[in-house]
Amino acid sequence: MASYGSDTRARRAEALAPSASLKRPSGRPRGGPSVIEFRGVSKRYESGDVGLEQATFSVDREEFVFLVGATGSGKSTVMRLLIKELEPTQGTIRVAGHDLSEIRRRRVPFYRRNVGMVFQDFKLLPSRTVYDNVAYALQVTGGTRKEIRQKVPDILRLTGLSTKLHNYPDQLSGGEQQRVSIARAFVNHPPLLLADEPTGNLDPETSIDIMRLLYRINRTGTTVLVATHDQAMVDKMRRRVLELSHGRVVRDEATGLYARDESTREFAQRMRAPGGRPPGV
Amino acid sequence: MKLGFFLRESLRAMRRNAAPSFAALATVLVTMLVLGVFIPAAEVTNNAANSVRSRLIVDVYMQNDATGADDARVKQELLATAHVRSVQFLSKQQAYAQQAKQDPQAYALLATNPLPDTFHVVPDNAADVLGVDAALTHGSGPGGMIDASIHNVSNKNHDTKKALELTSAVKWGGLAFSILLALASVLLIANTIRLSLYARRREVEVMKLVGATDWFIRWPFVIEGVVVGAAGAVLAIVLLGLAKLLLLDPLFSGWTLVGGVRTIEFPALVAVLLGAGAAVSALGSGLSLRRFLRV
Repeated sequence: MASYGSDTRARRAEALAPSASLKRPSGRPRGGPSVIEFRGVSKRYESGDVGLEQATFSVDREEFVFLVGATGSGKSTVMRLLIKELEPTQGTIRVAGHDLSEIRRRRVPFYRRNVGMVFQDFKLLPSRTVYDNVAYALQVTGGTRKEIRQKVPDILRLTGLSTKLHNYPDQLSGGEQQRVSIARAFVNHPPLLLADEPTGNLDPETSIDIMRLLYRINRTGTTVLVATHDQAMVDKMRRRVLELSHGRVVRDEATGLYARDESTREFAQRMRAPGGRPPGV
Repeated sequence: MKLGFFLRESLRAMRRNAAPSFAALATVLVTMLVLGVFIPAAEVTNNAANSVRSRLIVDVYMQNDATGADDARVKQELLATAHVRSVQFLSKQQAYAQQAKQDPQAYALLATNPLPDTFHVVPDNAADVLGVDAALTHGSGPGGMIDASIHNVSNKNHDTKKALELTSAVKWGGLAFSILLALASVLLIANTIRLSLYARRREVEVMKLVGATDWFIRWPFVIEGVVVGAAGAVLAIVLLGLAKLLLLDPLFSGWTLVGGVRTIEFPALVAVLLGAGAAVSALGSGLSLRRFLRV
């Protein structure tokens, strides 16, 4: 991901500090190559099912995008294509300017380190503590012990898990497990974070917390793509929405207050407000 | 840092997956025990077969009136025959003394010595014994003998053939059985490891998703395989050692009958078992992982 300027990383680091979290320039500071670019992408499975049909869209830097659609509409296919778990039958996918089809199999792990991934079923390592689960993502990249000892507590504080460091995943609630999974996805500060139904197994209140966390990560300069079928959540969030139906992109719109830059606190207030109207609007 | 990390990872995995690790260890233990008993056993059988084969010789009986000069000539002729390693001469008198010792009563009744001078002809190789016999009996002399002063060549054709067939059957059978056993051990160990890996395939999947390279995932599993395999082999060696000390050694020292059986040295056996146990289970876990690594 060489195409990411070093200023992005600096900004992210700055934004991670709680006091600096509101200082991001407002508006749509996008430009440069799109983070995600799908051009005429089709995916047909061997069983004959259509995963994706001529999908074309792009996602810019620092955007927060919802991917919605019924079950089987192709949301997960998009996610799995993006982490190169699947290969498209047709079309090109570019991530930060790199054509994914040009990444050789041996290089895939290195590519994946630049893409944080959050799943509906959390996908934590059951035999490791919260701390070790997050540390594993750093160990994989060859992080030193010193680095791990610094970064892991930081990210766990950010995700509100400081008191659960030495618990095992099965001792945590669903929301907490999802926080661990987000911490693990974000500990390397990837420029792109993918979340496949991150709130699918969680109650509404916990879901809001998770969305708030994702939003917070987005504000540090990370592009976030969330697949969900939680329509109410999408309506409340008022972010860009890409709708898929039978593998086709049928809607791509920036709803309501898309451009408005709000703090995570405002965000949470608005999310919890009945009807989803932000206070004072 | 890296090696330490992999070691800690594999130890952690063994602690957390104690049951499958123990199953793999037990499989290695049992297989190595069987192998540890079978290797010396196969060797004993092989040695027995070899000693039977080494006793396969051709006896050449001289005419009763053969002179010392005849004997000397025939000896040269025998030595010149293909595939003959050595020739041992047994004179009438020696033969008589030997036989009389075995059956004194019968020989006491005899007035004269009916036994001829005899040559024991030892072939290069047990398998050549029939060839030597044929060479000696298809000559130009009377009765097809190569020399007129040869009266007869022992006609143990049937017995010899049987002995040859039997011993080579024992040898090849032993070899085939050891190959089968080795194959079975490898499959058994690989399968047990595969089962314990299957339980952890989700773990492997997650590791791949956070960007771990194949070898980063594989090393702890391979080390785990080595440790489990070596531990199983060590246990098997301890049990075999005890069995040798408590059962076989007293047996051998008390009974000259079974004494003198030469088998593989115990240290060599230990090395073979340890190496095989560790290598097979390391390979097993490394290879079994391949399926789960294709994500």
